Amino acid sequence: MRPVDETPKPRHRPVKGTRIPMRENDPLERIASFTEVGLGYDAAEAHTEAMRCLQCAKPPCVDGCPVHIDIKGFIGKIIEGDECAGVEVLKTRNALPAACGRVCPQEEQCEASCVLQRTGQPIAIGRLERYLGDFDLARVPAERCRPEIAPASGKRVAVVGSGPAGLACAGELAMRGHGVTVFESLHVPGGVLVYGIPEFRLPKALVQAEIDMLAEIGVRIVTDAVVGTTYTIDDLLTAEGFDAAFIGSGAGLPIFSGIPGENLNGVYSSNEFLTRVNLMRAYEFPRSDTPVWRGRTVAVVGGGNVAMDAARTALRLGAAHVMLVYRRAEEEMPARHEEVHHARQEGVEFVMLCSPQEVLGRDGFVTGMRVTRMELGEPDESGRRAPMCVIGSEFDLECDTVIMALGTRANPLLAKAAPDLELDKRGYIVTDADGATNLPGVYAGGDIVTGSATVIRAMGAGKDAARAMDAWLRRS
Amino acid sequence: MFEVLATRQLSDAVFEMKVAAPAVAAKAHAGQFFILRVDAEGERVPFTFSDWSAEEGWIRFIFMRVGLTTHKLTHLAAGDFLADVAGPLGVPSHAGGLGRVAVVGGGVGAAVAYPVARAMCAAGDEVTVILGARNAELLILEDEFRALPLKDLVVMTDDGSAGRHGLVTAPLKELCETGAIDHAMAIGPAIMMKFCAATTKEFAVPTVVSLNPIMVDGTGMCGACRVSVGGEMKFGCVDGPDFDGHLVDFEELMSRQRVYVDDERVADAEFSKGCSCGL
Ligand SMILES: Cc1cc2nc3c(=O)[nH]c(=O)nc-3n(C[C@H](O)[C@H](O)[C@H](O)COP(=O)(O)OP(=O)(O)OC[C@H]3O[C@@H](n4cnc5c(N)ncnc54)[C@H](O)[C@@H]3O)c2cc1C
Ligand code: FES
Repeated sequence: MRPVDETPKPRHRPVKGTRIPMRENDPLERIASFTEVGLGYDAAEAHTEAMRCLQCAKPPCVDGCPVHIDIKGFIGKIIEGDECAGVEVLKTRNALPAACGRVCPQEEQCEASCVLQRTGQPIAIGRLERYLGDFDLARVPAERCRPEIAPASGKRVAVVGSGPAGLACAGELAMRGHGVTVFESLHVPGGVLVYGIPEFRLPKALVQAEIDMLAEIGVRIVTDAVVGTTYTIDDLLTAEGFDAAFIGSGAGLPIFSGIPGENLNGVYSSNEFLTRVNLMRAYEFPRSDTPVWRGRTVAVVGGGNVAMDAARTALRLGAAHVMLVYRRAEEEMPARHEEVHHARQEGVEFVMLCSPQEVLGRDGFVTGMRVTRMELGEPDESGRRAPMCVIGSEFDLECDTVIMALGTRANPLLAKAAPDLELDKRGYIVTDADGATNLPGVYAGGDIVTGSATVIRAMGAGKDAARAMDAWLRRS
Repeated sequence: MFEVLATRQLSDAVFEMKVAAPAVAAKAHAGQFFILRVDAEGERVPFTFSDWSAEEGWIRFIFMRVGLTTHKLTHLAAGDFLADVAGPLGVPSHAGGLGRVAVVGGGVGAAVAYPVARAMCAAGDEVTVILGARNAELLILEDEFRALPLKDLVVMTDDGSAGRHGLVTAPLKELCETGAIDHAMAIGPAIMMKFCAATTKEFAVPTVVSLNPIMVDGTGMCGACRVSVGGEMKFGCVDGPDFDGHLVDFEELMSRQRVYVDDERVADAEFSKGCSCGL
């Protein structure tokens, strides 16, 4: 930590103005490649945007953030022109700022709570966060903001899964002086950040850079380690000699709709489609070895971030026409507004209030999808109006590829080999507020506890659990 | 990185590879598989163990050179490295309490049948092995099978160049007809498993087949490996690879196995340009 600066600071005078837009690649050009869409702020843009911040006495944005990042604090540092200090503020709560600045649903969280939201021009908190995250990663590693590492505790912790939950937990534990090994079943660490969220939204080099920083503070990552088969949780705590374990294995199991024709060639789960393209880099085929079916006309079923990612990925693979088929109305799509906006800009057709009935095919390959129109009935428990089929309204969409982006469930692989671990009815791990499971020394967090949520929540859960684990390890 | 310990060419296009993978070997069971990637550009491809040693920390598998990954594999020798080996994956094959069993191994499927038959023998089942291949040259592991305490070993070749002339279904049918088996297990090309299952169905002999759908992660995350069993969607990698052969939709499996044939040809042709192995 740097010494506290005692010189009085000039009072901040907010500058009125509209949000500084973020420069983006042209929609028509960008769909020809996987390069990142948003270009981020430069220093001048970041400063101008930060100057709009009111630096409220009681900043509501902080309460809007699921992990209570000191938003006022890091924006204050940008105002002062002290990016290094800004990164430090940010990193006390957020292990992956460059990623979160890009993928958090800010419009529902911090930015929704911003006082300026009333004017329709909330501070672009996400873009400022990204600015600082990128600032940090652009420095040579030796100059990057490095957390102070506590003296070695002599304790060893196994972290299962290297998504945001696992990485955040690993980083926090390492900082607290514990020896951390991350076990990842895939061949690359990063979880959804590498296999799910596409390159054009979150460059993989950036995720790797954030992971490299963890390695620098002593976190060991073992890939190709499937916990549940290669090692069980029990093995880790006994034969492998770890004192505690954190499970951040995500909610990986894809949901299919159960309609006829779903096993035709050309039907993908969004997980498979995105994994082939992102993790296996099928977009570089045959330079990379993994192929993907490149449809001319693609129907993506769903309305979340995953559906948007799949649709925009299909465009980049050369599809002439991509449809997004969603059973509710557009306003009800759970995707981030920015993703919806980008998808529309890039030419994705929104087929709203339609529900798939059957995938049609010939000779084993998809030729179309039968859908029925829906209308909205009374609001259900979630407050959303429940869609209902309009009888006799079926019609066929012509397509050669169907991508089901219907969400995920808990993967039972790990839990099957840990029969004493308490799960809820749907197979998610049950924890207390600290992330402790019913097994002593075993903690969990992220999607495997909450079901599919967000990067920031998973990360927050990982950090919180790490703090509780630290206390537990020091007690035991 | 996983070191290749030994390789052996079993026939024109069939090879065996032994790889150091202690953590995987420590947990391997008959009928399970692992996922490998040859190099940094490699695809994730499943292979079933043909053998392993927990004590010595190695696994062994047998493959036929059919596409890009297997082509790349043929270029590796002892001392080279595979980028990734992850496993063991899938549910182990059931052994023990089966009574009199016929294990059918067709083509490279014999490599998978071997540890399964060995496990069944060890668990006290009475095992007859039917080993099939297109010709004598493609017949593999005959000696290894002979070393097991089998009730019988029947060798079949399509052209009669070794053992009996004909398909594996002929002796399987005879065993069913004479009431000589209580269970059957078939491992090989989908078409062979389909006909084996059809053969035993007539006699209501419960039959397990070991399916080989296309996979990506091998852990239940993507659904690439989905198969229809009794009208239900199952994931080959985590629910299988063994399924009730009388309930499997083989037509669908075979159709799904063909999705990328054109791509595979392109990729292999591209790779072969820079390679002089002549395979
Ligand atoms: C396509 C897509 C787009 C998304 N877009 C956004 C977005 O824009 N904004 C946002 O906030 N959220 C988004 N999300 C959600 C967000 O990515 C997840 O909520 C978050 O990644 C969950 O983190 P996690 O660490 O719990 O799990 P994951 O990121 O799923 O990581 C789990 C890791 O554990 C590994 N693993 C699983 N089982 C085992 C095992 N048995 N042994 C060893 N390792 C194992 C997995 O391979 C994986 O690497 C998106 C999700 C997807 C799929
Ligand atoms: S291979 Fe991905 S779920 Fe089976």
